[in-house]
Amino acid sequence: MRVADHNEHSEHIVSPRLYLAIFFALMILTGSTVWAATIDLNEHFAGLNVIVALVIATCKATLVILFFMHAYYSSKRTKLIIICGFFWLAIMLFMTLGDYASRPWDIQ
Amino acid sequence: MHRTGELYGQFQTLEQQKESATLGMWIFLATEILFFGGLFLTYSINRHTYADVFAFSSRTIKLSWGAINTVVLIGSSLTMAMSVWSAQVGKKKWVTFFLLCTLVLGGVFLGIKGIEYHAKYVEHHIPGLGLDMYYCTNNPEVCELSPADLAKEKAELAALEQKVGGPVAVNAHATLFFSLYFGMTGLHALHMIVGAGLLIYLTLESLKGRFTPAYNTPVENIGLYWHFVDIVWIYLFPLLYLIDRH
Repeated sequence: MRVADHNEHSEHIVSPRLYLAIFFALMILTGSTVWAATIDLNEHFAGLNVIVALVIATCKATLVILFFMHAYYSSKRTKLIIICGFFWLAIMLFMTLGDYASRPWDIQ
Repeated sequence: MHRTGELYGQFQTLEQQKESATLGMWIFLATEILFFGGLFLTYSINRHTYADVFAFSSRTIKLSWGAINTVVLIGSSLTMAMSVWSAQVGKKKWVTFFLLCTLVLGGVFLGIKGIEYHAKYVEHHIPGLGLDMYYCTNNPEVCELSPADLAKEKAELAALEQKVGGPVAVNAHATLFFSLYFGMTGLHALHMIVGAGLLIYLTLESLKGRFTPAYNTPVENIGLYWHFVDIVWIYLFPLLYLIDRH
């Protein structure tokens, strides 16, 4: 166990060049989400504007978590905790929204 | 108490000690994800239920300030990451420099948020302070509405009344939108203020040259918190400003 702990986490230093690349990727994604919001995508598919906005936001959040927050270089244990955090969020969102969506609200 | 990175008795190695700190920070952030997640859930359900008035209310928020703030906050995440890097490679002066950059960008974000809140105050869009969605069409000179915008907004409000059943319902649904808007951005801003306090602490410690390649856990962990607050904004921006803009 002691040996495994030691080998699992040798500190990784992310280079400023990668940080800058991530920053520019985030800027491009911010620009595209603002641009996508000016177009009426809902006429092609109901709710597409929301879906596109959330997909771009999730891409941005993933880049921040993986590289700015070093999750990509973290130990398996830390990765597990990160995934758990978002898994709990998914349980809360999908079970509640599923409940709302499946109720017959029009029955008095 | 001066923590300079000595090995505490309960750990085997310094690396294990550092990983425990990172792990603990992520457990805290997992609770924060659920904390904000509840608000995002409430927003989603209400936006779906009261879609028309939510869309109208969302369009009264200036897109430009929100977009500028997104750039400012992501920029502050970059400078925060750079200060972690500076500590890891032992550039002590750069740690302080990048921490101060992050602090300034955080201040700019809060300043712009203040401008936005003030605009909402002028337009009578704050719940509890006489929220009235008809204030701007009744006082176009106060809200600086052009004749074209005035006509458009009047037409939109008339169409909304038809859909939701009158001006009282329009204001009631808008109260819900702006309560969530101020609740979510306010809680986010509160996290920024806490973050700014932590950055001031880090800067003072950094001026003493306390962060080195061997010991930089506080910079790393407060950095994690700062990036988390950035992520919350990455979702707030499209949900509050963008999705009803087209």
